[in-house]
Amino acid sequence: MILASNSLTTPAIGTLFWTVVIFTIFFLVLTKFAWKPILNMVKQREEMIKGSLASAEKARKEMVKLQSDNEAILKKAREERESILKEAREVRDKMIAEAKGKASEEADKIVEKARTGIEREKALALADIREQVANLSVDIASKLLGERLSQTGEQGKLIDHYLKDIDLKKN
Amino acid sequence: MKRIHFTGLLFIFLTVFSFPAQSQETHSGGEAEEEFDASSFILEHIADSHEWHIMTKKNEEHVSLQLPVILYSKGSGLHVFSSKKLAHGHEYNGFRLEQEGDLEGRIVKVKSDGTVDMDNMPLDFSITKTVLGMMAAALIGLWLFLALARSYKKTGISPPKGIQGFLEPIVLFVRDDIAIPNIGEKKAGKFMPYLLSVFIFILINNLMGLVPFPPPFGANVTGNIAITLVLALFTFFMIQLNGNKTYWKHIFAAPGVPVWLLPIMIPVELIGMISKPFALMVRLFANITAGHIIVLSLVSLIFIFKSLAVAPVSILFVIFMDCLELLVAFLQAYVFTLLSALFIGMAVVEEHH
Repeated sequence: MILASNSLTTPAIGTLFWTVVIFTIFFLVLTKFAWKPILNMVKQREEMIKGSLASAEKARKEMVKLQSDNEAILKKAREERESILKEAREVRDKMIAEAKGKASEEADKIVEKARTGIEREKALALADIREQVANLSVDIASKLLGERLSQTGEQGKLIDHYLKDIDLKKN
Repeated sequence: MKRIHFTGLLFIFLTVFSFPAQSQETHSGGEAEEEFDASSFILEHIADSHEWHIMTKKNEEHVSLQLPVILYSKGSGLHVFSSKKLAHGHEYNGFRLEQEGDLEGRIVKVKSDGTVDMDNMPLDFSITKTVLGMMAAALIGLWLFLALARSYKKTGISPPKGIQGFLEPIVLFVRDDIAIPNIGEKKAGKFMPYLLSVFIFILINNLMGLVPFPPPFGANVTGNIAITLVLALFTFFMIQLNGNKTYWKHIFAAPGVPVWLLPIMIPVELIGMISKPFALMVRLFANITAGHIIVLSLVSLIFIFKSLAVAPVSILFVIFMDCLELLVAFLQAYVFTLLSALFIGMAVVEEHH
């Protein structure tokens, strides 16, 4: 009843007209001078944010990669150091062993040389001793036996024979 | 204890404040005081008018803003004059503002014998209260968003500052929560200007309607059927002008429907085309008008009971309603825009098999 008796539910032509005019102007002016620049700017900013986030993420990934690279390099270096050390140790051991071998060989040689020298000296000394002993024996025997011995060759041979026995016993 | 205390206080309060009103009533009872008519008081406030009534002085003198009357009459062409000339039922240039009857509130052409010339009704393009309120709202909207657009020229792509922090979320809300979900990311951009304009236009008008005073505020703009009709028509044309092949095919040859059913289906679809914007028109109009009626009714209670004691209760309820209306102002702007976006989205959606 209230609605029927009132102009509330019947649109007035003037209001319709002015609404069309006002809203059209509102719409067109804002579209050209407000909505487009605003939306553009907002979009630009969003893209920038998106781009920055993406590049930050990229940088982060790169850093992680770099870090793992670093670690790998470090690991490799450590391994290399290890192997170098090992090699050095081996070389040192080998050198020591070699040196040891050479030294003992040399010592052996020296000892051998010394022994042969001694042998030779000894032989010489023995020969000398034998001669001297022979001479002494002859002298002693000749002094003891005198002429008897000098006359008989058989006696000389006997003495020689005894001396040889002595010599052999000594050896 | 506390409750008893409170009711006691209320009782004292009620008795104290109702006495003067009662005594006044008995005092002026003999003069046959004019009965307060709440329904006409409310309708006067929500209806459109040719002058903007601000207040009535004690000596019955009206203080109101006189608005320009613009008439087009077939016989005499265009007339522009102040509404003051038509006040209190005065005739001016053969025009009269009807004070009662079926044509109440309308300007009519009067014949020489004083009767209404029904065959020669003038077209009324006056800047009425509603139109003025709408103009003010549009200007505020233009001012706000042109300022926002201008502010970007200064700040460029830096974080939002000042006015941007306040208005940009609204723009982003319309884009991210209304346009993109309903129209799709690809096509939403094309309809953003329209959706934003509608949203802001309705929102500012709704909010301005809630402010009772001074004049550019308090007009019942979005509670005027002509305005919601125009907005709904804009959405209607937006849908029809942008509807793609699939949209029209669904109306005139709905896929999967037998041919013999089409004579029934086509009218149904055509009704659907019209009922969508019709619902938009009625929803906005009814919601806003209802809100105004409730607030005014609560204020009227004071005058109906003729007691100041009702005022605190009334005011409390009005504050509550105003908070609710604040929500409704946003909600209705949102719903209108959302449904517009939804209908546009349905009209531009790509056919999927």
